[in-house]
Amino acid sequence: MLNKDFEVVNQDYQNMGKVSSQIKKMLLEIGFDPKILRRIAVASYEAEINMVIHAYGGNIHMDVDDDGLITLIFHDLGPGIPDLTKAMTPGWSTANEKARNLGFGAGMGLVNIKRVSDTFDIKTSPEGTILTISFKG
Amino acid sequence: MKIKDLKNISQFNFKNIANEDIEISGVFIGDLLSWVMANGKEKQIWITVQAHLNVIAVSLLKEFSCIILCDNTSCDEEFINKCKEEQVNLILTSCSAYECAKELINLDL
Repeated sequence: MLNKDFEVVNQDYQNMGKVSSQIKKMLLEIGFDPKILRRIAVASYEAEINMVIHAYGGNIHMDVDDDGLITLIFHDLGPGIPDLTKAMTPGWSTANEKARNLGFGAGMGLVNIKRVSDTFDIKTSPEGTILTISFKG
Repeated sequence: MKIKDLKNISQFNFKNIANEDIEISGVFIGDLLSWVMANGKEKQIWITVQAHLNVIAVSLLKEFSCIILCDNTSCDEEFINKCKEEQVNLILTSCSAYECAKELINLDL
């Protein structure tokens, strides 16, 4: 039904959240339930800021199939997550001083994403992390 | 209760009112954005000391009814203009988050 790619730029703090806002608006225009959109917004925003703060930017791919299944794939350019178990632990964060001063680095990003998504899959290596989440619309 | 009902609070400086008829569902206080994303609810007033563009993005994604920058938190013209552009209600105040909450409780929020 819908396929779209969005670029996320490394360390572009000014525009963080812009892609997530676009995704939410596009899905709202298609007619998805606002309740699902709120969950998608949380997951998408957290994943987007992770790409800006912790990775070297990358690409977000959105796919909406004819059954209303919404899939978001966040493919960053590295450097990967050294310890995925720790990264999935609430409160654990590697955010730097700049990010923390802006209110990021609560250590809730991946935890929040997993909580609100219907499916959650993450693969990481030094070349990059691929996070795939989906929502049943 | 609606945003326009907050106009009786003298310490609140209405910096941008895009929609004063939004119904307020409650109040959320927090400065850690992931925490706000995880726990905030739509139509709540969000009280914070964070004043950068990502705050507006979070407010829009969470569909908050208003941002209150407490404790004399200053914001630049870019922040105010972005609130205008995105139609985000913005209040500035010298009150602490606690004092804001007391004022809002006094209005039965």
